[in-house]
Amino acid sequence: MNIVIVGLNHKTAPVEIREKLSFPADTIGQPLKRLLAHYGLNEAVILSTCNRVEVLAVTPDMEKGEWQIKRFLSDYHNIPISELDEHLYSRCGEEAVKHLFRVGAGLDSMIVGEPQILGQVKDSYSYAVEHNTAGVIVNKLYHKAFQVAKRIRTETRIGESAVSISFAAVELARKIFGELRGKTAMLIGAGEMAELAAKHLLSNGVSDIMVANRTYEKAVEFVRSFGGAAIMFREYQHYLKDADIVIASTGASSFIIKPDDVKEVMKHRRNKPMFFIDISVPRNIDPLVNGIDNAYVYDIDDLQGVVKANLSERAGEAKQAETIIVEEIEKFYRWAKSLDVVPTIIALRQFCDEIRKNEISKAMSSFENLSEKDRKILEAMTSSIVNKIIHNPIIHLKKDANKVEGDLYIDTVRKIFDLNEALEKLNRANDKEAGSKEANNKEE
Amino acid sequence: MSTAGSIFFLMTAVLYAAATCVYLAYLFTHKDRVIAVAERLLFGAFALHTLTLAGRVIYSGRMPVTSLHESLIFFSWLVVITNLYLIFRYRQKTLGAFVTPFALILIITAAFMPGEIIQLSPALKSFWLFMHVTIAFLGNAFFAIAFFLGVMYVIQERYLKTRKLKGLFFIMPSLDTLDELNYKFLQYGFTLLTLAIISGAVWSQYTYGSYWDWKPRQIWSVITWFLYAALLHGRLTSGWRGRTAAIFSGIAFLVLIGSFFIIRLIMGGAHGFK
Repeated sequence: MNIVIVGLNHKTAPVEIREKLSFPADTIGQPLKRLLAHYGLNEAVILSTCNRVEVLAVTPDMEKGEWQIKRFLSDYHNIPISELDEHLYSRCGEEAVKHLFRVGAGLDSMIVGEPQILGQVKDSYSYAVEHNTAGVIVNKLYHKAFQVAKRIRTETRIGESAVSISFAAVELARKIFGELRGKTAMLIGAGEMAELAAKHLLSNGVSDIMVANRTYEKAVEFVRSFGGAAIMFREYQHYLKDADIVIASTGASSFIIKPDDVKEVMKHRRNKPMFFIDISVPRNIDPLVNGIDNAYVYDIDDLQGVVKANLSERAGEAKQAETIIVEEIEKFYRWAKSLDVVPTIIALRQFCDEIRKNEISKAMSSFENLSEKDRKILEAMTSSIVNKIIHNPIIHLKKDANKVEGDLYIDTVRKIFDLNEALEKLNRANDKEAGSKEANNKEE
Repeated sequence: MSTAGSIFFLMTAVLYAAATCVYLAYLFTHKDRVIAVAERLLFGAFALHTLTLAGRVIYSGRMPVTSLHESLIFFSWLVVITNLYLIFRYRQKTLGAFVTPFALILIITAAFMPGEIIQLSPALKSFWLFMHVTIAFLGNAFFAIAFFLGVMYVIQERYLKTRKLKGLFFIMPSLDTLDELNYKFLQYGFTLLTLAIISGAVWSQYTYGSYWDWKPRQIWSVITWFLYAALLHGRLTSGWRGRTAAIFSGIAFLVLIGSFFIIRLIMGGAHGFK
């Protein structure tokens, strides 16, 4: 079983090249089928997003497979290989498995840990299933990849941190207020980003929102779809004391909230903290407000800084994720190893022979005066029946082991005869043997 | 007793040192696995700490508060158990990284103090004394926790004010949580300090026939009482909170611990009563 990935991404290729190589989802069946029909690959998946184009294939021969995928990309898009080659990377065997796991978990993405890529990988797999280019290996591999992504998401905090300005605002609010339930926000003006931040705050627990807009109808409109109360623009100062979080985004050319306003408000609030988010250029909130105790002012640049800080914090989480990936690769290969033809044949023989032995011993107990000779005849006869029945299947398994359908046959035989348990026992016995051999070698 | 006791004591110190190292590693790595190890080590250290103390109590038949050596061991034990309570009840992970080094320092200081068990005069063996010291020490432990919560508040507030988010910012709780817990432990500590002063006065009346003698220890405990009273009053009526309150609680605690050491070192014994 050989897995190969060839492709390019935002790190290796500029957008002009990525565009040329992309595969639209609605016509992806044709290239998938071509890969199998004309390029000698056993299984194939094409992943095409705006940041990456990758072909994963299962192939009888690693080097040949890699070359074939390159040829396919060049043929299909009419770009000479020489022009393409500098942008392409290839991963073989274990490296390919690792690459797929990393991509699925968002570790290879431009924004580490972003969740969209997992959906895209899932889509790419379902196209392959739909067009019959996914076999035993791809099935197992992709299910494993989804599992890995899920595990990383639950065991590390990689997906938690803020990736956007509005997430950053929510996170900061959490670090100031702890619980957001029961908190009130005020939205002054209605820039698109400010509205987005307000929506995020609401969906993360903020209980109430006051909306002030120079055009009163706009405030009413916002309130109609997201709740809260619309207030007259000239009255926002009056309500400021009730707001824990203030998002400002007006076109005003001078500061609309000044230190003296906030000092006054703080007295009424008994110094309960206030968080000012200034998403306007030029700024609406005097930066000096930040100098007042329990008031925190973040403008758009500060928030961008927070996003960056979150990203570098994520890079640490990514290391933990990599350990999970290494563990899961091992598990995948343990399964893959059991696909070998020899253990399957042994397990099949044992399975049939056990049935034969059981039946013979049952039959023997009902015969009374059976001579030793008769018994031997019976044994020989049943043995030869069993052997003849499984002769052809075994020959086929052996012959096709290295062919396209080999893995499928092996998997099928294991399934219909229910050999998985027996195989596991066999593997464990083998491992033990290998272990003790190793130990012996060491002692020597 | 003394050999077994000193072995437990040594192992306690070693485990606190190990826990301190792993906690410091956590401050840099932010890994959940690291903090899990640190908490286990802290728990192990605490278990041995308990055995050390229990041995001393059983051997001497009284509260371990007669020498500075014993007081430090008892006090650090109370601080650590309060920290463990916060870990289990409030899931406060990062506080341990501040409290554990503090406990280690107390234990190391104790190691340099004479550790022999002092025989008490009958005057000092009484129920009221037992009540008095236990309450006073627990109150001080709560003030210590409030102090570290205040330190964390000041650090976290610094990050948020300067808008440079890095390092500890990501692993420390919200300002609100820190402020609330700080307030809570100030209240607990203040209640116990008040009770300690009353029970001390009652004991003094029983033993010496007067409630109040203007002993340095008494004067200092009243000074700290007024400091904490002013702080709580400010929080309650003038809306003091956050940084101001945190800094004030820091100063009050430094006065408290300063007076404790100065009186113990200069006067020796329990308040210089002999």
